[in-house]
Amino acid sequence: MREKVAIAGVGYTAFTSVSPGVSYRELTYEAAVKAYEEAGVEPKDVDSFVCTSEDFLEGYSISDEYCNDQLGAVLKPVQTIPGDFMHSLAVGVMHILTGKFDIVVVQALSKASNMKTIPEMINFALDPVLNRPLDVTPYAVAGLEMNRFLEEGRATREQCAAVVVKNKANALLNPLAGYGASITVDHVLESEPVAEPVRLLDIAPYADGAVVMVLCSERVAPSLTDRPVWITGIGWSTDSPTLESRDWVDAVSVRLAGDMAYRMAGVKCPAKEVDLAEVNDEISFKELQHLEALRLFDEGAAGKATEDGKTSLEGTLPVNPSGGGLGVGHLFECSGAQKVLELVLQLRGEAGARQVAGAGVGVAQAWRGIPTTSAAVAVLCAD
Amino acid sequence: MAYQRVAIVGAGITKFVRRAQETGKELAFQAAKMALDSCGLTMKDIECVSLGTAPDAFDGVHMKGEYLADGSGGWRKPYMRHFVGGGTGVFAPIHGWFHVASGMFDTCLVVCSEKMSSCHPHPQGAFKTIFDHTTEQPLNPTLIWIFALEMNRYMQTYGITKEEIALVSVKNKKNAMDHPSAQLPMEITVEDVLNSEVLAWPVNRLDISPASDGAAAIVLASEHVAKRITDKPVWIDGVGWNLDTAYWATRDLAYPRYVEKAARMAYEMAGIKEPQKEIEIAEPYDPFDYKELHHMEGLLLADRGKAVEMLLDGKTQRDGDRPMCPSGGALGVGNPIAATGLMKVIEIFLQLRGEAGKRQVPGNPRCGLAQAWGDLMQVGTVVVLRR
Amino acid sequence: MELERFELGATHYKESDLKEGKLLSLPWTPNLKYAWDNGVAIGRYLAELKEGRIIARKCNKCRRIMLPPRMFCEMCWRPTDEWVYVKDTGRVNTYSVCYVNWDASRIKKGEKPHLPAVIEIDGASPGMGILHLLGEVEPEDIKIGMWVRAVWKKPEEREGAITDILYFKPVRR
Repeated sequence: MREKVAIAGVGYTAFTSVSPGVSYRELTYEAAVKAYEEAGVEPKDVDSFVCTSEDFLEGYSISDEYCNDQLGAVLKPVQTIPGDFMHSLAVGVMHILTGKFDIVVVQALSKASNMKTIPEMINFALDPVLNRPLDVTPYAVAGLEMNRFLEEGRATREQCAAVVVKNKANALLNPLAGYGASITVDHVLESEPVAEPVRLLDIAPYADGAVVMVLCSERVAPSLTDRPVWITGIGWSTDSPTLESRDWVDAVSVRLAGDMAYRMAGVKCPAKEVDLAEVNDEISFKELQHLEALRLFDEGAAGKATEDGKTSLEGTLPVNPSGGGLGVGHLFECSGAQKVLELVLQLRGEAGARQVAGAGVGVAQAWRGIPTTSAAVAVLCAD
Repeated sequence: MAYQRVAIVGAGITKFVRRAQETGKELAFQAAKMALDSCGLTMKDIECVSLGTAPDAFDGVHMKGEYLADGSGGWRKPYMRHFVGGGTGVFAPIHGWFHVASGMFDTCLVVCSEKMSSCHPHPQGAFKTIFDHTTEQPLNPTLIWIFALEMNRYMQTYGITKEEIALVSVKNKKNAMDHPSAQLPMEITVEDVLNSEVLAWPVNRLDISPASDGAAAIVLASEHVAKRITDKPVWIDGVGWNLDTAYWATRDLAYPRYVEKAARMAYEMAGIKEPQKEIEIAEPYDPFDYKELHHMEGLLLADRGKAVEMLLDGKTQRDGDRPMCPSGGALGVGNPIAATGLMKVIEIFLQLRGEAGKRQVPGNPRCGLAQAWGDLMQVGTVVVLRR
Repeated sequence: MELERFELGATHYKESDLKEGKLLSLPWTPNLKYAWDNGVAIGRYLAELKEGRIIARKCNKCRRIMLPPRMFCEMCWRPTDEWVYVKDTGRVNTYSVCYVNWDASRIKKGEKPHLPAVIEIDGASPGMGILHLLGEVEPEDIKIGMWVRAVWKKPEEREGAITDILYFKPVRR
């Protein structure tokens, strides 16, 4: 049995559409102070730091330069992952499993409100020669995928809309969430078309926020926290980056990452063993696709389950109790951090009005967003 | 809990050229394929992939790690990109080391690919946005400023001359004549360096490494797997990395304390107490000639301000007592940022195996070191290798 | 495995191959725009520059007076405590005489070289430098350690930016 890694402290800001009062440094500082406070550590106690940043999102070349001061991590082992926070989390887990590091800090940040040309930026991630010159919105990539997903009979348009209704309703119970709303399926179906079948309300709106977590080894966990949340499994994977040769129906990388995490955690039957999930829902249908890739529902069953309320807060498998990306906001590389954060709060029983009863084992899943095929999955448990 | 010991078992590299016809993906593939071939493995034997590559602004692709995934062998594997600016190339084996040392994987393909030539009119333009967007970028800084400022401070602090520093460029470009990947192998003199175009005094054109396209790759394996693959594994016995404050103008520019911190971390892990005696051969990062000296001091391979004496005494020549950059370094082989760091790791790997061909240093070295550096003169990455 | 035994990848081409159309390429200028929130510390710094003053932040634990100002002390890991006005004079920590632009193109014929410098500002803690430019001085007259003073834009032309200081010029002490 491999050693477990604990999350000993979490620090976070609210997730808001704008954050004009603070710089990216000041935003991160707020999250870091809270995380260290909760774990009772100071930067000098930390063995390594893993930051998350992607150059063009921060607006810096070599953006990792600017990640450490606000973490108190000057003259410390600091590295950056241009991925999702959950990739950084995986690195933190690997650091600790080497036995050379006992306390590792993982960070992610979104200042989406500072990016003024987001669609062009996402477009800039497409193949420069084969795709970009076609000059279509990058959301068309999601449209292509959603259309094929619907065509294969994996869900109905209404079921996808039901995801939005559920998540925005959950967000109303989450004081950190920026985009809670009480809406109906018709509101979604009648919202402005973006790249059919994707409509405006199918897309997670952008948000700002920062998350910092303190991880530690099983050995030192008792001295840092009396309410650890354990990372028992973690996995990550990437499918084909090219649009020309990818699987348009299934989220293959989520399947592979999930299987890796389950294997590590010793989870044999996810649908039975998992109590709640926070999965990527950057576009409404992705929640359904991801739930099936994670083996939490059979192929084609997640949509019906959503309509039937099985994934609601009171359902048999609550999904995105935080409100997800649709309700909390799309946080770019910080998206996975919000997912893991929600599981930590739920597993500790600190989720307030949206607390899921009997939350013992949770799954968090991140996807790096259009146009990528990179995903990461973590299995967390309370004791 | 003890970690799995990790070995380098294979290596691959492309030529380093100013402009490559190949895309970044294709360069990554060429290096990765060669690394696998060199140790008789295929992608089926590889459990995870780690990519190192410098700013997206070079290639002109947002989320470059995603774009390079298939060329790097990341398809349907646990694949992750890491980034510590110019230090990335030597961080790559460190990042791969976590994968294997943690016990999560037994084999890891580490790839570094860089395609700088896509950035027009010149890749240097990609560096403008490394400066603080509010307090520095409005001054229209160029990358060379920070090197010039640091070099000037270094020279002033220790009374070192441009003539002395130029010897590093002369040595490395000459060493590169024996490296089959080399972009700028030449026999030049100190006068040639001093008479080359002044870009930003005290930095002349021949003080600087070129912009390059190229890729490099290595295969890592855990101890029990490595012994099945090769009878000449080279062990990663020490890893270290360290990041200093981004408020670079508030630091002592004459001494890279972050390199020292990284080196001490690696030495402690490798059980090295007297680096000047125990490190027999090194590849310090040399994007500019003075950096080799600066880094030798940070690495504790020379006393502060004294690296230049080792250079003048010929000790750092390939046949000297303490060879530095026997490959030819960034100055001679070329500087496709992340690939350069890994090229240095590969050079130590080959030297320790006695397979460096015409570049082979005498004395059958057993212990060597590679180091890279980057960000705003801010990050140090160090690996200690032993056979 | 000697490298010499392998056929190494990467095929070189010349810049002229592109111009002559021997190789095809696709130009692309990304449309990337940002508007950064300055936040509390840098927001005040810029507002004070507009008034012709330089302001720093002090940490009462390590007693450093920091430039550029920051709301947290990265060394002591605590909030900073006080705003402190510092002088607009200082000493040159290091400098360069630069003949290239940010994109590596050469400065125009007859244009004076750019003179970037790290300037340790009087009133801030020793070693607290900022990046700026030197002016009203010939390159050969610049010395590390020389005293300089800020030359400001006219008040009505200032906009709350680091460029509200045009450059620093030598002063006698």
